[in-house]
Amino acid sequence: MIRVENLTKYYDDVCAVDRISFNVHQGEILGLLGPNGAGKTTTLRMLTGFLQPSSGRIQVGDYSIESQLLEIKKNLGYLPESAPLYHDMLVLDYLQFVAELRGMGAGGNIDRIREVGDLCGINEVMHQPIGELSKGYRQRVGLAHAMMNDPEVLVLDEPTSGLDPNQIVEIREIIRRIGKAKTVVFSTHILSEAEATCDRVIIIHHGKVVADSSTARLQETLGGRNQIHLTLAGAEAAAVQQELAAVAGVARLEVLDPVDDALRLVLTCETSRDPRAELYQRIRRTDWTLLEFHQETLKLEDIFRELTKEG
Amino acid sequence: MRHALCIGRKEFNAYFTSPIAYIVIAIFLLVTGWFFFSTFFLLNQANLRNFFGLLPIIFAFVVPAVTMRLFAEEFHIGSYETLLTLPVRFNDVILGKFAAAVAFVAAMLVPTLAYPVAVAALGALDWGPVIGGYVGAVFLGAAFAAVGLFASALTRNQIVAFIIGLAICFGLTLVDQMAFFLPPAVSLVFSFLAADVHFQNIAKGIIDTRDLIYFLSVCFIGLYATHLALRARD
Repeated sequence: MIRVENLTKYYDDVCAVDRISFNVHQGEILGLLGPNGAGKTTTLRMLTGFLQPSSGRIQVGDYSIESQLLEIKKNLGYLPESAPLYHDMLVLDYLQFVAELRGMGAGGNIDRIREVGDLCGINEVMHQPIGELSKGYRQRVGLAHAMMNDPEVLVLDEPTSGLDPNQIVEIREIIRRIGKAKTVVFSTHILSEAEATCDRVIIIHHGKVVADSSTARLQETLGGRNQIHLTLAGAEAAAVQQELAAVAGVARLEVLDPVDDALRLVLTCETSRDPRAELYQRIRRTDWTLLEFHQETLKLEDIFRELTKEG
Repeated sequence: MRHALCIGRKEFNAYFTSPIAYIVIAIFLLVTGWFFFSTFFLLNQANLRNFFGLLPIIFAFVVPAVTMRLFAEEFHIGSYETLLTLPVRFNDVILGKFAAAVAFVAAMLVPTLAYPVAVAALGALDWGPVIGGYVGAVFLGAAFAAVGLFASALTRNQIVAFIIGLAICFGLTLVDQMAFFLPPAVSLVFSFLAADVHFQNIAKGIIDTRDLIYFLSVCFIGLYATHLALRARD
């Protein structure tokens, strides 16, 4: 559905996006992740035709963005960051304006406006000026604006920023619902959101793609390292270190600050071997009391930190 | 074209949903009304020459105030991005906003129709120059609106947009008088560039194509410059 090839954008001499390439398939929800200033918004702005790339190609559906921008815009809904809308306009007037520009008849299609309003939960604020709405409602009006003509491609720039937890869940729900049939690209820096919503994530750092794979695969390949958390009572740190560090498969052993006299340890494991059985056997032979023993796979958050570490 | 109309209608309505329209119209009527009637009874002539004589200078102040928000506000709140990612062309946006500004200037002139009506009641009014004057006023307003639109497309600050627009319109109005010290051949060129000269020709009741072409040229140059300014924002 969307093909991006070697997309590059310079602001004067600063390279904001550096030869990015990716594809998005029909019916896929793609999350664009990255720290602040990584080039997410710039990428999305080029994708929607608002900014012209310095070089590179973008194709949406059968259309190329240089020559057939208008055709692309007809089938693309876009919610810019922080939903900038006309403050003086009433929500209903604004949506009618959008519907009319989208060629849905003079005065807009009132049934469709109500339907979208329902979906985004803004029917109760239809007759209020946009400037008087709270951030969350404004965000939803922006979402309604983007979805007005039921576009094939939906591009959302940080759609959940500034929303309360309930609203975030609702918006994610909406995105997932739309994403079943449509193509959705959205940017975020909240990782749990990407984990919960996306089929695939692309991590951008300093304008470059540093990871591009499905959420599950990303965890598998990059997060192969497991960590084992142990809490032991009645044990000496030195003795524990001596006993457990020697177990095959333990790469590193870290002693955390004790809580209520219980010793807390984090063991980083090698990918090839699972040391859990032997660890347990060894602990059983001592007179320590095992309070906690659990394994954690590196989460998206850790992967993200790993990939976007400075230096 | 349909898109331009839609944007134009939205912008025109936006004028009247914010206090800006009422403030600008009130100030315009106050200033023109005072300058016109303060000398009207002294001169004791049943014509509107005084009203139309001052109009270019007053427009040079008022029209940039009307147009200053058209792009600057969009840049400031960021709605420019939402607007341009809708299926519209640059030219739809520019023409729509321009049409709204011209329509607003025309709406601003409507209350002043009370002046010729009042004057006609007091003496024998020659309607020819009055009609010419109003036609000229709309052309003049359109030319200044195009200039103001360009000024608005340069910046995200409405006050800066206003001052730039004012400076250009003011210069355009009085450029012939500013050039009085130049050799006659050069000052003739400047007098052809002056909006005031062309407007006064029309306001005499002589609707000459040369004057109309002048105003249409200013409109075109202003709108084209706006187009270039928007393109350069990338």
